[in-house]
Amino acid sequence: MTKTALRVADLVVRYGGFTAVDRVDFSVETGQITALVGPNGAGKTSTIEVCTGLRPATGGSVALFGRPPGDLSVRARIGVMLQTGGLYPTAKPLDWLTYLARLYSKPADPRYLLTRLGIDPKTRTATRRMSGGEQQRVKLAAALLPQPDLLFLDEPTAGLDPAARRELLETLRGLGDEGTAIILTTHQLDDVEQIADFVLVMAAGQLVATGSVAELIGVDHFTSFRAPPGLNLATLARDLGAGFAVTQPRPGQYLVTGQASPQLLADLTKWCATNGVQATEIKAGGRTLEDIVIQATEPNP
Amino acid sequence: MTSSWARTRAHTGWELRLLLRNGEQLLLVFIIPVVLVLALGLTSFMPGGIDSAISKVLTISILASCFTSLAIATGFERRSGALRFLATTPLTRAQLLMGKSLATAIVTLLSAIVVVLLGITLGWHPGGSWPLAVLIAVLGCFTFASWGLFLAGALRAEAVLAVANGVFLALLLFGGILIAPSELPEVLGVVIAFLPSAALADTFSLILIGPLNNLNLLLQPVAVLMVWGAAGAILARRFFRWE
Repeated sequence: MTKTALRVADLVVRYGGFTAVDRVDFSVETGQITALVGPNGAGKTSTIEVCTGLRPATGGSVALFGRPPGDLSVRARIGVMLQTGGLYPTAKPLDWLTYLARLYSKPADPRYLLTRLGIDPKTRTATRRMSGGEQQRVKLAAALLPQPDLLFLDEPTAGLDPAARRELLETLRGLGDEGTAIILTTHQLDDVEQIADFVLVMAAGQLVATGSVAELIGVDHFTSFRAPPGLNLATLARDLGAGFAVTQPRPGQYLVTGQASPQLLADLTKWCATNGVQATEIKAGGRTLEDIVIQATEPNP
Repeated sequence: MTSSWARTRAHTGWELRLLLRNGEQLLLVFIIPVVLVLALGLTSFMPGGIDSAISKVLTISILASCFTSLAIATGFERRSGALRFLATTPLTRAQLLMGKSLATAIVTLLSAIVVVLLGITLGWHPGGSWPLAVLIAVLGCFTFASWGLFLAGALRAEAVLAVANGVFLALLLFGGILIAPSELPEVLGVVIAFLPSAALADTFSLILIGPLNNLNLLLQPVAVLMVWGAAGAILARRFFRWE
């Protein structure tokens, strides 16, 4: 059974006369991975900062497990990875995590966490002398250390190599499956497509689109495939039947708009076979999350 | 959840570890006082010899560890975002400040022990009231720490570094420590006597050199320290920013 881990209601954050977050409203359930995406300056980090108690809200309310941000009982249950900073530059990773572990009642084993994230616990290197990716992993280890019920990650995969990134995404998916609520901000939209249960798209301080990845990319409404450019779109649309339109957004990439179904896939491949067309990458959900975010955040003409 | 005291202890230990592994801090807190005891105690540069030198160097130890070292370390912790991250953990602001204070007090105590032992080795004969000296040292720590935290919390790290070192040098040379206010021209001496450095050095010299028969002599320097300490604490509370 899921419970609400985070409730954000009508949140407003202003810096002087500038409104960074404008009446944002959402909630995160236990076990749910929620991605907060949008361009730079959209208000993502300000939203996270209010939720983690680092910044007061100008208006609206935020509750974590029914308590206000910054409440001591809340701070014992959350893990936070900040976008910038958050490490003692002169400290060694194991020393830093061992100290942090003493602040929590049931922390994870610092050595295990570091090893799992690809940092040698015995390293004598101070964090300031580590690469950006290594620093990122130490910060992530610090966020995971409390074994949190609610995890805030601001750009967690920035600076990670592909293998470390995949490992991290698998770790997060595992935590979500175990009941941890996770809210992450990122510009890596393929990461979001892989692991997010719910997506919040922000632009200019407002939520401009929300939904599951499937809902946003229209997995039931679009089918895409690749084939040599110059197909006869009119005959394809006619042969697919009423209710379907076919477009070629980019040369060699085709988009069928209409209710996706096994019958549609059968008709499409049959048409290709009849017409000697070698189609590849046939998939439901022809739009990417990137398309959605760009479209949702474009200023109105 | 871990207890409040356990978290305070954890943070005290963490601060101590950072302090004792930092070469610049060790220079400020241990090496400079030792060099000054040797320089002032073994030369005729300062009237009063080693007896006079110890009270001055104890003041310098407190100034170095509770003001300069604390301000610089805290300023850089702010810049690195470490304090900001800690604000999301169960460590409260009060526990963090308490941990910092205890670590600073322990380092100051260690520094003072080194100074006193070195002084005794060089022929210093401590007199006066040690319990009173400890009380004054605590007041001096509070006063300088409040200003150190105010500075660290209000300025950028690079500015903290410059100002903390600048103030340290200025107080050392012209703040009534090496040259007592009574030895300066009258007007200047009166003004400098109202600096916390002069007040602390004056109090230590009154207490440590011999039995203090007239406690009223302590009233002015102790009041000066208290006023500076209260002002620093108010300013730190008002202007300290965590990021």
